[in-house]
Amino acid sequence: MSRSAIVERTIDPAALIAEVSSPQCGAVSVFLGTVRDQNDGRAVDGIDYTAYTAMAEAELASILVEVEELFAVTSVVVEHRVGSLDLGDVSVGIAAAHAHRGAALKSVRYVIEEIKKRVPVWKLEHYSDGTREWVDPTARHSEARA
Amino acid sequence: MVTVQLFASYAELVGSHSIEVPVNPGDRVADLLGNLRNLPSASLLPRTPLVAVNRTFASEHTPVSVGDEIALIPPVAGG
Repeated sequence: MSRSAIVERTIDPAALIAEVSSPQCGAVSVFLGTVRDQNDGRAVDGIDYTAYTAMAEAELASILVEVEELFAVTSVVVEHRVGSLDLGDVSVGIAAAHAHRGAALKSVRYVIEEIKKRVPVWKLEHYSDGTREWVDPTARHSEARA
Repeated sequence: MVTVQLFASYAELVGSHSIEVPVNPGDRVADLLGNLRNLPSASLLPRTPLVAVNRTFASEHTPVSVGDEIALIPPVAGG
């Protein structure tokens, strides 16, 4: 049974693992996204995450349907946190369980990559110099290519 | 009129989390964006932002009408 949610509380990796684990599964794969202390060479103090929650939860649910279609993995949980996060806090947690490691690993990778592409979540980075900025991955990529 | 939801950087650019935009029967997303561009309060928004209609990414051809849940989607940055 898979589950996805946008949450405002702390993400507990152990709880995610427990939720997907079962005697039928010989592999549990986990991905945690955490708040990093720098971005593009700027020192980061923390990040405010915000979401279009209704659509984000719908997109997350769609991604889990795709995981089942692509990898036959039916035991996946994903939580994305919103609110003000400090350095090291978990912003996204994904756990997938399967009989074998290949499908579990592929599932977790698929979920995080799709989140990056299409789930309406945004982050406002707070920098050590007192400034703040909305992260725009499309702008960064175009600058990198230039 | 429809209420268009705004998030993150777009909400900051407009100074509000929503904006009222005129729509007419038969309008599509392209028409909605054209009407949006005529609003002085939306002058700082990009010309062709991503649009979601009823919580699904839309194309410029997607029909829009009163009662739809419409949102402009800034570049996503989850994870």
